[in-house]
Amino acid sequence: MQQLDRLFILIGDWFHSLLAQWLPEPVVSAIGMLLSALIIMTIAAVTMLYMTYLERKVVARIQDRIGPNRVGPFGLLQPLADGIKMFTKEMIVPTQAHKVVYNIAPVLAVTPAMMAFAVIPFGRDMVASDLDIGLLYLIAVSSVTEIAIVMGGWASRNKYSLLGGMRAAAQMLSYEIPMVLVLLSLVLMVGSLRLSDFVDVQTVPFILLQPFAFIVFLISAAAEVARSPFDIPEAESELIAGYHTEYGGMRFALFQMAEFVAALGMACIMVTLFLGGWRSWIIPLPSWLWFVIKTFILINVWFWFRGTFPRLRIDQLQALAWKFLVPASLLHAIMTAVLVTFFPLVKDGQLVVQGAEWLTTTVVYFVANVVLLFVLMLLYRPYVRRTVRQLRVATPAAAARQQEVQAA
Amino acid sequence: MREYAVLGAFLLVGIVLPAAVVIGGWLLGPKRANPVKNSTYECGLETVGETWIQFKVQYYVYALIFVIFDIEVVYLYPWAVAYNRLGLFALVEALIFAGILVAGLFYAWRKGALAWF
Repeated sequence: MQQLDRLFILIGDWFHSLLAQWLPEPVVSAIGMLLSALIIMTIAAVTMLYMTYLERKVVARIQDRIGPNRVGPFGLLQPLADGIKMFTKEMIVPTQAHKVVYNIAPVLAVTPAMMAFAVIPFGRDMVASDLDIGLLYLIAVSSVTEIAIVMGGWASRNKYSLLGGMRAAAQMLSYEIPMVLVLLSLVLMVGSLRLSDFVDVQTVPFILLQPFAFIVFLISAAAEVARSPFDIPEAESELIAGYHTEYGGMRFALFQMAEFVAALGMACIMVTLFLGGWRSWIIPLPSWLWFVIKTFILINVWFWFRGTFPRLRIDQLQALAWKFLVPASLLHAIMTAVLVTFFPLVKDGQLVVQGAEWLTTTVVYFVANVVLLFVLMLLYRPYVRRTVRQLRVATPAAAARQQEVQAA
Repeated sequence: MREYAVLGAFLLVGIVLPAAVVIGGWLLGPKRANPVKNSTYECGLETVGETWIQFKVQYYVYALIFVIFDIEVVYLYPWAVAYNRLGLFALVEALIFAGILVAGLFYAWRKGALAWF
């Protein structure tokens, strides 16, 4: 069990000692870093390939279809077939496009999505870089992708692409604020930005302590990686494919990859911050296996969203972000600040809640979150009612009906 | 220092890997370009007018509000990290700070900067 838990670390150490026989120490550690980056990115890329398969299967099941089942058993080789197809496609550069920016954009989209994995603890002691400003780094890196998307949309010199790129920028900017504000309340509880500290503190996963924060983060993260119901940047029924309309072959594959890898990264972040990271729940399995299981569950939640929710319009999307999520998450952060003064989790870097105290702390935080949700619902009731009334009148059919009623 | 070196390794591999994939695709794929194939694809219709035009101002307004709040968050993170060492005074300070920003948000809301038209 102990051996299995440390499996990857043992392999790493063995490889390190093997290389150290021939090479000087700085070279070995440099090779180690590059290899760890390469391995993590390769795993992320392969996972991304099978996420596309899983998404098609899950969405197909939700829509009462079977999904891909021709290539290999259960269609399991479908992603590989897609990959080979992408590889052998002609790479077109539109004559109108800005050549340099057009070529850089897809590569730049993948890089930050991949870099996010550098600070995520995948298992006990399994973190490539245990950065003391890990959370800030994640926020910074995840917002670089939107620059690449705007670059792609603008450089294509296609009206749909430009619109898609602009929408993506507006959406990702707007949802970054509630996402970051809601993480603030977790930072208040833990008092550190190091991601392994977050895992260490979570004897009880933060999803139970801060359910409201989790919901807000889930929504903002879905918007941040442009997953449905927030997929207006690439709404295929109105924008062809948004910012990647003009991209084909491997460049298109890279944009697709950036999107899926970013979604995977967001799932990993949520697991680390809200679901207790690699900590095992009830059944003792190796820590990295628990991490994989939790990530898998969250990814399926996103596929479930995709299968069930209709797409939001851009004005609804912005209204949700600025008129509800930003004030709500700010209020939540202040509420947490007050709670932390009376029920602290960490004092001077030491966990102060032990044993049965966790029960009272969890109940207090949970109840405070629920109360906050009810207060917000009460506050927003008049606004929601007014908006719904306006929307009813705004549809032509409703306006005609109202006129009929008035005439009669 | 080692932590940042790892980030450097990730940046390097993260740029080299996708670039290699693009170059690989370019080597493997056919190269039979023609003017029609390379024209702008807008649902089969020929593109009308200039694409890089002045864009809807609403996006700019949102970007401005974003900058304000993003900077706010940058100020709030150190506060959050040091919070359990600072005591009640820090809470009051942050409340005043957040209050001013919420007032700013509601001003923008009232002025119609958050409406999409």
